[in-house]
Amino acid sequence: MSLEIPTELEKEVDERITHYPVSKRSAVLPVLHTLQHHFGFIDEEAIEWTASKLELEPIKVLEVVTFYPGFRQSAPGKYHVRVCRTLSCAMAGSYELMESICEKTGIDRSGVTHHDPIAVSPDGKFSIEFAECLASCGTGPVCLVNDDFHEAVSDVDGLLKQYK
Amino acid sequence: MSAIYQEGKEPHPKERRIVFKNVDREGWDTSLAMYETEGGYDQLKKAVGMEPGAITDEVKKAGLRGRGGAGFPAGVKWGFLPPNNDKPVYLICNADESEPGTFKDRYIIHQDPHQLIEGMAIACFAVGANLAYIYIREEFPEGAQTLEKAIEEAHEKGYLGKNVLGSGFDLEIYVHRGAGAYICGEETGLIESLEGKRPYPRIKPPYFPAAMGLYLCPTIVNNVETLCHVKHILEVGGEEWSRIGTPNNTGTRILCVSGDVKKPGYYEVEVGSVTMGELINDLCGGLKEGRSLKAVIPGGSSAKVLRADEVFTVGRGDDTRELTIWDIPMDFDTLAACGSMAGSGGVIVIDDSRSISWVLNNINNFYAHESCGQCTPCREGSLWMKKITDRVVAGNASPSDIDTLDNVARNIDGSTICAFGVACSWPTESFIDKFRDELVSDTNLELEGELLNAEAVTAAANLR
Ligand SMILES: Cc1cc2nc3c(=O)[nH]c(=O)nc-3n(C[C@H](O)[C@H](O)[C@H](O)COP(=O)(O)O)c2cc1C
Ligand code: SF4
Ligand code: FES
Repeated sequence: MSLEIPTELEKEVDERITHYPVSKRSAVLPVLHTLQHHFGFIDEEAIEWTASKLELEPIKVLEVVTFYPGFRQSAPGKYHVRVCRTLSCAMAGSYELMESICEKTGIDRSGVTHHDPIAVSPDGKFSIEFAECLASCGTGPVCLVNDDFHEAVSDVDGLLKQYK
Repeated sequence: MSAIYQEGKEPHPKERRIVFKNVDREGWDTSLAMYETEGGYDQLKKAVGMEPGAITDEVKKAGLRGRGGAGFPAGVKWGFLPPNNDKPVYLICNADESEPGTFKDRYIIHQDPHQLIEGMAIACFAVGANLAYIYIREEFPEGAQTLEKAIEEAHEKGYLGKNVLGSGFDLEIYVHRGAGAYICGEETGLIESLEGKRPYPRIKPPYFPAAMGLYLCPTIVNNVETLCHVKHILEVGGEEWSRIGTPNNTGTRILCVSGDVKKPGYYEVEVGSVTMGELINDLCGGLKEGRSLKAVIPGGSSAKVLRADEVFTVGRGDDTRELTIWDIPMDFDTLAACGSMAGSGGVIVIDDSRSISWVLNNINNFYAHESCGQCTPCREGSLWMKKITDRVVAGNASPSDIDTLDNVARNIDGSTICAFGVACSWPTESFIDKFRDELVSDTNLELEGELLNAEAVTAAANLR
């Protein structure tokens, strides 16, 4: 992508920065969230844009992007699914849920690694990764699809049908 | 003002709903107008007419212990702020809710945001903070919006902003979203994250937040549930509030039960008023049909596991008692006396259908993924613990691997910057202490020679 920041988006970023009157650097996470929400992931240009906006060396932004699992450096599918992997959900069948979603969307997770945890479906519609405990352990298995939260997921077809 | 709850979500008769009064309530919504119909922000009005120190005194009298994990008394923590301080003071609400097994702050944030904001505003007034942040985990996108909307409404009504309720006290609260890292729940990691950095925890001493926190200024960090209680303490007074619960374990707390029970869920009870047995059998409807209890992790995945057939000796001198797992009152002190902890209130129930190796391996995967990597024993150790239990689960481990596992865990505990180190070693240590036979039975003696020759086994054993 060639980074074009729409005026509205830049306004939102500027507003977020005002939440940190003591240090602009504190705005790194919110700025990255705003960019990722808009572009789907954080690329080199987004890192440089963030750095210059916050008057930081780009490495200070890059080290944040690479640390936090919430930031992606490559494009996810149109719908990004995060399945909780942790104990209570695993006891409730989250590994089976992961398998079933992958099977139905044609996602192949054999290549995922710690540093590259996301797998995308061949048509680019869905991507998936495991997340750690999503703080809803009583209603497992749970997952997030983009920003939508789903609990006690048993009907995978029904879940996927909501996303066209 | 007795509340009516949504069908199927009625509180159990043994519950006492204070902080969760409005959770799952019929007809309740997150608007300020709704909140004000039941005395919303009345306690803030009262607070701004008080001496700030008097509020801290009430919280001290109440004996409110932190609900985030460590159970440290909130009033005492506030009292650690340096006297004659000329730096700004900050308050941070820890809404990272990321300890596996814990799901309570979620419901306050999504269903009753003003309760939290009122509690925070009172706390800010008490400690003299004019700027506060709610650090919320990124996986609550809707929660972040709900909170921002509530803050905006409170602002319009003069509960926040310049000159709160005409008192001359200024307060801004902002919502700060994390980005999926468990270590941001640790208060100094959280502070680094809020400063825009990698969330590498700081070493204590000297970096106790109350002395040197956000931007190296005095900072109070409290959990969502803790801050909500502040409002209720002010309402009835610390003395009266301290009569709820049991001595030194005062108030109510929300227990989150997950795993192998019929009715997993959240239950707000007076601290110490129900036993593990009542929690599992009454509130949660018992174990699943035909199953028996194997183990319970009582306070989030970092808490040491309790085995179903253990006998716990608690108390001192004449007051010594023997308890079975079913008799344990769910309070801070008894769970600590039983060798575990009340932690974050996340109770994970494990029945006899589960493989202990599989459970431990799931937990080890979590910690290996979440170590921040600053300290060698934690970074390497958490990964080795995962690799070894991966092998056990796959049937590729030898019996002496269990000794190696034990050795790795015990070399993390106590040699790291933050409490994640102990948190990640306790599951392994306690699972080996209590379920060694089952772990060993999942290994293969024939692999012994292949993995380690006999000499190395002896050498490893001597190292322990
Ligand atoms: C590894 C680790 C993770 C933690 N995660 C959380 C968390 O998700 N939420 C929380 O409130 N406290 C968490 N804590 C505890 C905080 O460091 C801190 O003690 C707490 O927020 C203080 O609030 P309280 O006194 O009101 O409990 C964690 C601690 C450690 C060591
Ligand atoms: S103990 Fe682990 S999580 Fe804590 S600072 Fe050290 S490496 Fe990081
Ligand atoms: S284990 Fe899945 S939400 Fe906690």
